[in-house]
Parts: sequence; C-alpha cells; structure tokens
Amino acid sequence: MTRQEILDELKKVIAPYTTNKELLAGITEDTDLIKDLKINSANLVDIIIDAEAKYEIEIDYDSADKMINVGTCLDVIGAKINERG
Amino acid sequence: MSKRVVVTGMGVVAPNGIGLPAFLQAIQNGMSGIKFIPQYKELNFSCHIAGLPDFSWEELANYISEVTLHGLKGTNIGYGLVAAMDAWADSGMGYETEKPRWETGCVFGNSTADTEAMKNVITRVDGKEARKLGSRVVEQAMNSGVTSYITGRLGLGNKVITNSAACATGTQAILMGYEYIKHGYADRMLVGSTEHVDPYVYGAFDSMRVLSRKFNDEPEKASRPMSLTAGGFIPGSGAGALVLEDLDFALQRGARIYAEVLGGSTNSGGQRSGGTMTAANSEGVIRCIQSALADAHVRPKQIDLISGHLTATNADKQEIQNWSDALGRKGKDFPTTNSLKSMIGHCLSAAGSIETVASILQIMHNFAHPNINLDDPNPDILEITGFDNLPVNMTRKEINIVAKANFGFGDVNSCLILSKFKA
Repeated sequence: MTRQEILDELKKVIAPYTTNKELLAGITEDTDLIKDLKINSANLVDIIIDAEAKYEIEIDYDSADKMINVGTCLDVIGAKINERG
Repeated sequence: MSKRVVVTGMGVVAPNGIGLPAFLQAIQNGMSGIKFIPQYKELNFSCHIAGLPDFSWEELANYISEVTLHGLKGTNIGYGLVAAMDAWADSGMGYETEKPRWETGCVFGNSTADTEAMKNVITRVDGKEARKLGSRVVEQAMNSGVTSYITGRLGLGNKVITNSAACATGTQAILMGYEYIKHGYADRMLVGSTEHVDPYVYGAFDSMRVLSRKFNDEPEKASRPMSLTAGGFIPGSGAGALVLEDLDFALQRGARIYAEVLGGSTNSGGQRSGGTMTAANSEGVIRCIQSALADAHVRPKQIDLISGHLTATNADKQEIQNWSDALGRKGKDFPTTNSLKSMIGHCLSAAGSIETVASILQIMHNFAHPNINLDDPNPDILEITGFDNLPVNMTRKEINIVAKANFGFGDVNSCLILSKFKA
C-alpha cells in the first residue's frame, strides 16, 4: 500500500468521528485529529480499533500514543503493514 | 416560598404513536400498539407479544450529530433522546447553546442498559477481545446513560439525576423535578423516563408467569386491565418526557402552559404488611395517594380522573380497592378511571412518563380515553367503581384534576396530582 492509498482509506476510517467533512476532504499530513478535526479524544480509541480492522494490523498502545496527526497515523499504519508483510 | 410548577412541553415515544399528534389521536381512538413479535415465539416464551414503538433509528440523525449516532446502540437511550428533545422543542426552545443552561436540570429514569446491546460486550470480553470494545460502551452501559446523552445534547447545567424505581420510575422522575422547582433550586427541569424491553428482560418477566399467555393470536386484545380475562401484562417499550417550569419563569418567557403539577408523593410500603418485593402493601399505596392529595391541597372529591397503574394482573382489584379507600369514594361516586396499558401494555420504567403525557392530553382536550378490551369487566371491580366509571369509549368531559399513580417492584409507589392551569 502506498502512503497515498493508506491516506485515502484513513479518511474513510476517520469520517464517522468528525462532523467537519470539508476539512476531512482537505486534510494534510499536519492535520491534528483533536485540534483541527475536533475529534473527541475518547474517540481516538475507536479510530485505532477501526484502523486495525481496516488494514488488518494490530496497533500496540505505544504506537497508538504516537497517532496525533495525520502524518503520524500514516507512519504507524505504514510500519505495521510492513511488519505484517 | 414555594413555587408553582407548570408543564410547558411534552414528548412521547409510545407503542401506539410517536409525537404528540399521533399519540393523541391513538389514545382518543383506542388504538392498540401491541404487536406479535416472531422472535419471542422462536425463543419459546409463553407470551409472544409486546408494545413496540414504530421507531426509525435513522430518524435520530435529526436529533444528534452523526458522530454521536455512530456507535449508539442503546435503544432505551434512543427513545429517551427523542422524547426529551421533542418535549424541549415543544416548549418553544431551540436545541443549541454555547454555554451550559444553569437554570435547567434533568431527572430521567430507566430500568437497565440495553441488555441486547450489552450482549456484544459480553461476547467480546469472553472472547478475550476486550480491547476491541472501543470508547462508546461505558457511556451506554451506565445507568445514567440516557440522562447523559440528553443533558449533553441540550447543555443542561442544573441538577442532573438518573432515577430508578421499577414501574414507579416515570412518575417519580416527574415528582422529583417538580419538588426541585417548587423549592426554588431550579427554574426548569426536563423530566421523564425510558424503557426498552429487550428479549433478556422480557424473558425474565416471562419466567415469572406474570405475562399474558392466552391472547398471543390476538395481540390487540391481549392487554385487558380490570377485565375478568385479564391474564397478565404485556411488556411495552418507549419513553415520555415533560418540560416543567416555575410558573413565573415560564410566564416571563411567554411559554405556552399545558397544565400544572399540583403535588405528589412517593413512598414505599416497606415490603411489610402484605407488601413484598413484587406486591404492594396497601397501606403504603393509600398513604402515598393521600400524601399526594395533601401536598397538592386537593380534596378527594375533586379528582375527575384516575389514571391507574392497572397492569391487567390480579393486582388490579386490590389497586381499585386502594384508590377507593384512599379517596373515600365508591360506586357512582368513584372517579372515572382508565388504564393506558390497555392500549400500549406496561412500559415499566417508561409507564409513568408516557401515562402522565396521556393524562395531561386528557386535561388539555377534556376527554377520558377508553379502556380498550374491557368487554368483560371484573364484577368485583365494578362493585367498587360502579358501572359507568370505566369508559370503554372515548368520553368527552371536563377534566380538571387527574390523579396519576404507579406502583413498582420493591413495593415503591408514586402518585402525581395534575391539574388544568388556572392563573
């Protein structure tokens, strides 16, 4: 999966958790999930669980803590996909 | 100084109608909301029918954000949200607010979380997949789930309480809100209750052999309070909600006033002197009704209508006897009496709030709704009530004061005295 492909899928994972669909459509690597997309911090857990199912990966707690903006999400998900092989 | 408390908005999700216009039409025309539930037959229950609101889950998108709706599984919460927010809008207020509404509190009751939804939680945990449960379980499993969703959506910032008193929950919630305003702690209270009888709760009642078994083929005829063929109650689901306000506060904002809560009482028979976990101590019931009258400064002969608990079990006769003893009225002099459960079944925690909405509609529109299915009234009951006081058709009459009571497991009682508003 390319980084762009992961991003396209990530938008679908995040969609149910933000009401700001315009901002979601135009997200960049720097977009912060909580500050910019106004996602409830409790819902980050749900995004991680949904991402695990979507990419067929497991995201450990330490990696999850790094998933703050779109760029770090892509880093973690990309790494886990590679680990999975 | 104690305040007068008025009702300025109502919302209802009932088995025979959602929203005030549909519900009013249903109770005026004696429309039943009891339906055959194929799943209950497959599950080998003795009773195969229930009162189920014709509720569209997608409709919730008009009430809460899609983010909140995504992951909402608690049916009881869905019903409660719609009833509460409809009541809010009905009282002429908008949903959105930047700041907390410090002047408004909430007392909303329910029995238990949606056990069917919780089944998924149990399965995941047992399957060693607890980490996949996500963030939305606790808020729906907690007993205060429904209250939290309602108050969060509307920004309510005064007292927020979740009450639970079995079948007396709804009337008790309204009473608690009334008392809080009366004593000057809040200007406005959003009150009500919700119930979703999922198969697990239903099954437990079925096993107690307190549900109707003999009318599975004729669901609409199955709920038969006060009749000779009353063979148990029919579980129902739904929610009712009311906006209560301090009279002066309501007048100041030019609110439309539906009715006044004159007073009420809630107590317990202590599970003594005939009272048990499942049966009412008559002395407790009588004291509850009489305390409600005293609180409301209403004399027994002023009661125009009794909206009974009257579930269609063998407790109906004793309830009627208790009303008669509490009011000192019998035969021709007995008040007009009806049971909404004949149309919607017994909505347990939601019974009191839905039945209070019905009571206030009867006050506003001057009618007594019919007791449907009362083809064969129990002669022992007729001996107390007289022949003409249990309407089987809608009866147009001036309704000034209604006594609305509910009695629940744990030997708990709640009674409200509701009145036409007179400045």
